[in-house]
Amino acid sequence: MIRVVLPHHLRTLAGVRKEVELEVAEPVTPAAILDALEARYPTLRGTIRDTATGQRRSLVRFFACGQDWSHEPADAPLPAAVASGAEPFMVVGAMAGG
Amino acid sequence: MSTVRVLVGTRKGAFILTSDERRADWQVSGPHFAGWEIYHMKGSSLDPNRVYASQTSGWFGQIIQRSDDGGQTWTPVGKDFVYEGDLGTHQWYDGTQHPWEFKRVWLLEPSLSDPDTVYTGVEDAAIFRSSDGGQSWRELPGLRGASGHLWQPGAGGMCLHSIVQDPGDPQRLYVAISAAGAFRTDDGGATWRPITRGLKSEWELPDPNAEVGHCVHSIAMHPARPGVLFMQKHWDVMRSDNGGDEWYEISGNLPSDFGFPIAVHAHEPETVYVVPIKSDSEHYPPEGKLRVYRSRTGGNAWEALTAGLPQSDCYVNVLRSALAVDTLPSCGVYFGTTGGQVYASADSGDTWAPIVRDLPAVLSVEVQVVP
Repeated sequence: MIRVVLPHHLRTLAGVRKEVELEVAEPVTPAAILDALEARYPTLRGTIRDTATGQRRSLVRFFACGQDWSHEPADAPLPAAVASGAEPFMVVGAMAGG
Repeated sequence: MSTVRVLVGTRKGAFILTSDERRADWQVSGPHFAGWEIYHMKGSSLDPNRVYASQTSGWFGQIIQRSDDGGQTWTPVGKDFVYEGDLGTHQWYDGTQHPWEFKRVWLLEPSLSDPDTVYTGVEDAAIFRSSDGGQSWRELPGLRGASGHLWQPGAGGMCLHSIVQDPGDPQRLYVAISAAGAFRTDDGGATWRPITRGLKSEWELPDPNAEVGHCVHSIAMHPARPGVLFMQKHWDVMRSDNGGDEWYEISGNLPSDFGFPIAVHAHEPETVYVVPIKSDSEHYPPEGKLRVYRSRTGGNAWEALTAGLPQSDCYVNVLRSALAVDTLPSCGVYFGTTGGQVYASADSGDTWAPIVRDLPAVLSVEVQVVP
């Protein structure tokens, strides 16, 4: 199972706890995780990536295994530790404002 | 006894304030959608327990919420606002053309004739309609055909912030856009035309009498006089007696004719309310005195309403959607401030008292009277 950590506002919106678990087929990529996440929680569609372009929203970041995956291709395979569920895929609201 | 329900949208959530019709003791519910910007909430006049909310975030985008029990519980509904056809371009701050890009929903206006129909005004400016209670949305693209390439964003963005329905003619709608002007459709939204004759923007436009480009801040109508419109423009308070075909100024003796909201008394079509703001450079009340101004003559002659409002050291603003009236026999008037106060008057503005003092900055105020 893939573990996904969501930011506070998206947890509230989806009505979930901090971490959700998803079945994601190999290869495990950011796009595949988000596809599975939006299928399970349709209200999150459009909150992490634009519904029309599929692009990450500008103030959302993706972290995994201590690395920033925000600027990697959406179809790039994530580390094995994410694919195995040992480490979570983190969706983060970017620091902004004062 | 009826219940009065005040729907307050703020920078950090929604609040619902309720009272009986004496409007003396209030209960505060909220924050709903805590931490999100709530640009607007409004209930259907046909089904008062159906309430819509525009929930938005710079991080996570746009959500539309609908309640069918007067705001006790909420369900997310449709949020896909896709511009129809050719995306087109509008003027950008630097004078170049810029493609239309959806940013947020500024207001939700439930239909006066069909409980499942609701309109939205969005940024970048366009009007959308849902015929299924908000589940799906279609743009009325004819509006952007009305010289959309000449529209430009105001300081708050290029927003469609006012939708006024003619209660006797569902085919006729008015909208206002910053900074494009005011527009009218007489065919249910298929075609639109600017209604700006008489508006003058001497400091904002190279041609002060231009057909398009005026920064209209809000418009209001009394349902018994659908041909009479009142407008708070960037500068100038204006009036039209022929459905917007021509406008004339009614600023009269106001201490400043700059401001954002405008409202009409529920039972007196010639009684109008504005909240003067010092200037476009200084968005707070003149002299630090928070004063609502009321005209009982349809404009020009205005009186300051001050009883219960701070008359020194007050530097809040009242935004364009943050003034509303109720429909009780003694008309209630309500407004919210950027300082987080919501003031209410149960006597047409003669006296005021705060309902709450310390909310987040108030973006919008709407009122319902529920039997």
